[in-house]
Amino acid sequence: MNHALIEKSVALLFMLTFIVISIGGLVQIVPLFKIATTVPPVEGMRPYTPLEQLGRNIYTREGCYTCHSQMIRPFRDEVERYGHYSIPAESMYDHPFLWGSKRTGPDLARVGGKYSNAWQLAHLVNPQSVVPVSIMPSYAFLKDKPLQYDDIDLHLNALRSVGVPYSDEMLEKARADIEAQATGQGDTDDLLKRYPKARLGDFDANPSEITEMDALIAYLQILGALVDFSEPGAANATPAK
Amino acid sequence: MASERRYDPVTGQYTTGHQWDGIEELSTPLPRWWVISLVVCFIIAIIYAFLYPAWPTTKTYYTGLLDWTSHKELAEYQTEARAGQAHWREQIAANTVGDIAASDDLRTFAVAGGKALFNENCAGCHGIGAGGQQGQFPSLIDDDWLWGGTLDDIYQTVTHGIRNTDESSRQSEMPSFKDMMSEEEIAATAKFVLAMSDASVPVETRNAMPGAELYSNNCAGCHGAEGEGMRMMGVPALADQIWLYGDTEEAIRNQIVRPKMGSMPAWGTRLGDDAVKMLAVYVHSLGGGEK
Repeated sequence: MNHALIEKSVALLFMLTFIVISIGGLVQIVPLFKIATTVPPVEGMRPYTPLEQLGRNIYTREGCYTCHSQMIRPFRDEVERYGHYSIPAESMYDHPFLWGSKRTGPDLARVGGKYSNAWQLAHLVNPQSVVPVSIMPSYAFLKDKPLQYDDIDLHLNALRSVGVPYSDEMLEKARADIEAQATGQGDTDDLLKRYPKARLGDFDANPSEITEMDALIAYLQILGALVDFSEPGAANATPAK
Repeated sequence: MASERRYDPVTGQYTTGHQWDGIEELSTPLPRWWVISLVVCFIIAIIYAFLYPAWPTTKTYYTGLLDWTSHKELAEYQTEARAGQAHWREQIAANTVGDIAASDDLRTFAVAGGKALFNENCAGCHGIGAGGQQGQFPSLIDDDWLWGGTLDDIYQTVTHGIRNTDESSRQSEMPSFKDMMSEEEIAATAKFVLAMSDASVPVETRNAMPGAELYSNNCAGCHGAEGEGMRMMGVPALADQIWLYGDTEEAIRNQIVRPKMGSMPAWGTRLGDDAVKMLAVYVHSLGGGEK
């Protein structure tokens, strides 16, 4: 078709433009409807507990992801250092995911369980006290900020609407679950039934109050700890097939 | 603005037929090499999409003609790297920590590997060089051990950790004496405990202190009559000069009122047995290791 013909006819120009954009759009958008099929299912993944989810919000709010990635790539050096490479299912309940794009600090995808709560607290309050060469700023203020969780059920409901499988029961007991997890008291058996492997206890060494520090440490302690890479050593050495 | 296309003798090209204020636009075609490169790129992209995983399908995803994944590639690199160390790793796996430490060659390998593992996994708390952190995490280079300093003790501690959810983790708890003793009694006990580690205080003077009886009634059961501690329960010795949580009377008082107790993760499941063996041999070699 002649260039001069297209540029002289607005209707033709519009139609042809529409066709080209449609093809481009379909090629990019249609596969996304089936993107879930590219996430191989894995045992052990569950939605975050309400406390972990709020900790995740604080992690996002404070911009931790600007210096810490949450993505262990399948390279030998990364697997040797951080443990088993990240698999897609591990961030399927993240909205948005926090893979990050830059490592000023180390990757945190498998930091859960790597340190004790006491270390996490000491490190967040004054990073240089435990890692002298660290350039991380202090987040001591988190332990003085009471955690706001009166609207947690609405928050979980919002996540449910984008596909996180929170049940009605989880929504209903969200507030009680936060209190149970952050104090280690109350109906913790019930909590563990809903959220296996949840870490319990007073995370910030201040039993009198549930603070943002409690939530953030609870979140950090579950990072990468949900999927059991079965064989001992699997998480640090041998990649799955 | 539209006008007729015409041949431009100066450039040897045709014009597009567009002109503005007498300035005409040339219709110079794209360089041939550029057009060819573009087409070749398209072709490569299409071939690539068939060779490698590219599209989601209804049930799973297209895995590509080459059946390549980054995970497989990693496994190959890993296998290759492990093969180079196989001679050593097999021996580490087959021998006990005691045998590893007894063999010069194996110990050298284990200490080198253990050091790398330590710096990544343990140094956060125990510090690079294992000097510990005053008031927080114990030093591993002295001969004062909470849970024992033999190779087997260290191996056990690293494998299962301390006060965590591992079934075999080391467990113990110091109770708070806040409601069991009055403030004066706690202060007196703290004074006595401090005197125990002070060689300049004669034994008679110490035993005449008001805290002496309080100590023997409340603390000696675990910490020992002479403050020697009890490793089976991770009870620290009080008669030495090494204080994890501080050597002031106030620090000791705080510890009686609201005891701090360290927790350590279980590394056996996280790092694997071979790595833990190397770590144990490394930590044991740092200076404080016991027979």
